[in-house]
Amino acid sequence: MKHEIVEKNLGLMIVLIVLTISGGFLAEVVPLFFHKEVNEPIEGLEPLSALELEGRDIYIREGCHVCHTQQIRPFRAETERYGHYSVAGEFVYDRPFLWGSKRTGPDLARVGGRYSDAWQRQHLYDPRSVVPESNMPAFPWLFEDRVDHTATAAKMKTLQTLGVPYTDEQIASAAEKVNGKFEIEALVTYLQQLGTVISEKR
Amino acid sequence: MSTFWSVWVSVIVLGTVFGCWWLLWATRKSQTTDTETDRTMGHSFDGIEEYDNPLPKWWFYLFIGTCIFALGYLALYPGLGNFKGLLGWTSTNQWEAEVQVAEEKYGEIYAQFGKTEIPELAQNQDAMKIGQRLFANNCSVCHGTAARGQVGFPNLTDNDWLWGGSPDQILHSIAIGREGAMPAKGVMPNMSNEQVDQVVNYVLSFSGREKDADAAKAGAEVFAQGCQACHGADGTGMEAMGAPNLTDNTWLYGSTYEWIKETVVNGRQNKMPAQQGRLTDDQIQILAAYVYSLSN
Repeated sequence: MKHEIVEKNLGLMIVLIVLTISGGFLAEVVPLFFHKEVNEPIEGLEPLSALELEGRDIYIREGCHVCHTQQIRPFRAETERYGHYSVAGEFVYDRPFLWGSKRTGPDLARVGGRYSDAWQRQHLYDPRSVVPESNMPAFPWLFEDRVDHTATAAKMKTLQTLGVPYTDEQIASAAEKVNGKFEIEALVTYLQQLGTVISEKR
Repeated sequence: MSTFWSVWVSVIVLGTVFGCWWLLWATRKSQTTDTETDRTMGHSFDGIEEYDNPLPKWWFYLFIGTCIFALGYLALYPGLGNFKGLLGWTSTNQWEAEVQVAEEKYGEIYAQFGKTEIPELAQNQDAMKIGQRLFANNCSVCHGTAARGQVGFPNLTDNDWLWGGSPDQILHSIAIGREGAMPAKGVMPNMSNEQVDQVVNYVLSFSGREKDADAAKAGAEVFAQGCQACHGADGTGMEAMGAPNLTDNTWLYGSTYEWIKETVVNGRQNKMPAQQGRLTDDQIQILAAYVYSLSN
């Protein structure tokens, strides 16, 4: 085969490049779209409540996922420290997913219930006051700012369109549920439910 | 995975490997030597020409080697749809094997410690070394690395206990957790601002620090109505409720007028999360012994 044929036919080259680079995607990703284990929620998984959902958005806004992962890998060292390894069915309502890729701080996939609400608040207000060696930034403004309740229903509606089973009543009452809440309440509520559906250690 | 997707994956994976193989041979110049030639591609741009040399042999065979490696890998590990691979490897059974090895190595030691009574275990140097590490990993985040606590999180090294310091009580606190809830204004929700001032002065008077003696005197009655149910008539607290002793010099929250006022007005909610399920029973036993050893 001659290089020239490929190199001098732009159309052919584009087709061949697309074919070459899509191999991995077609074999590794596309079948998962139709895979039961990935699409079906694990037993007991509920969509986030309005307040938890707002907490999640604050988690994203503040960039928590940049330093904290939410995925426990199936290694003993990780399951000893964090609990049961993460399974795909836990994340079916997560859009976008927040697995993260770098752990400057610890994994948070199962942080729910691990510390008290009071600790979480204290720690977010001034991390060094509870963990002297921590290098986490403080987030004092979460204690002053209120959750923006105007967009909550729209967010839930969007998620509903994407297949998250919110009921219309949940969406209708969303704004009222979060109105007037401080951002810290939303964030702590979100954190306290993380990974709590699977409670056994394994 | 359904048969369709299994075949889909297998075809793409094998197609890619053999496609690379074919491409390598198809583009290979009939090559007899590694020596460079002066053959060019025949084009010239601004006087710059491109040599048309074949891949060096070592490089070529390295490529072929990767294809062979890929086939070997696909035979041993799951990569072709539903084919499990000759080794039967999964990430779950790898994890199980790791846990199994650890269980064989540490299981007996833990089981031995788990059976030992807490006061005796607290004397065991080896167990306390494990205890210290467990504490550092699981408890120090709230109670501090030295277990001395901080505002809102009790000091575990003194001999002052909210929920009791006997081995069984410590074990219960760790395994089942504790929930301390002081309602705002105690059990007297209609407490006036004046009464708050009086009762704070009264609480301060337990340690002789009242700001206003008259207010403190009047506070006794408020205390009896709003606080006594949990903190006791003499203010020495009640272990069953986790209600602290207000007469000693140990304060979970601050001990000044302002701090106590804040506590009275807004109440306090605190929680020791249950560790059962997060840690094994044996680990909890060792931790209880470690905490016990800090003050005994």
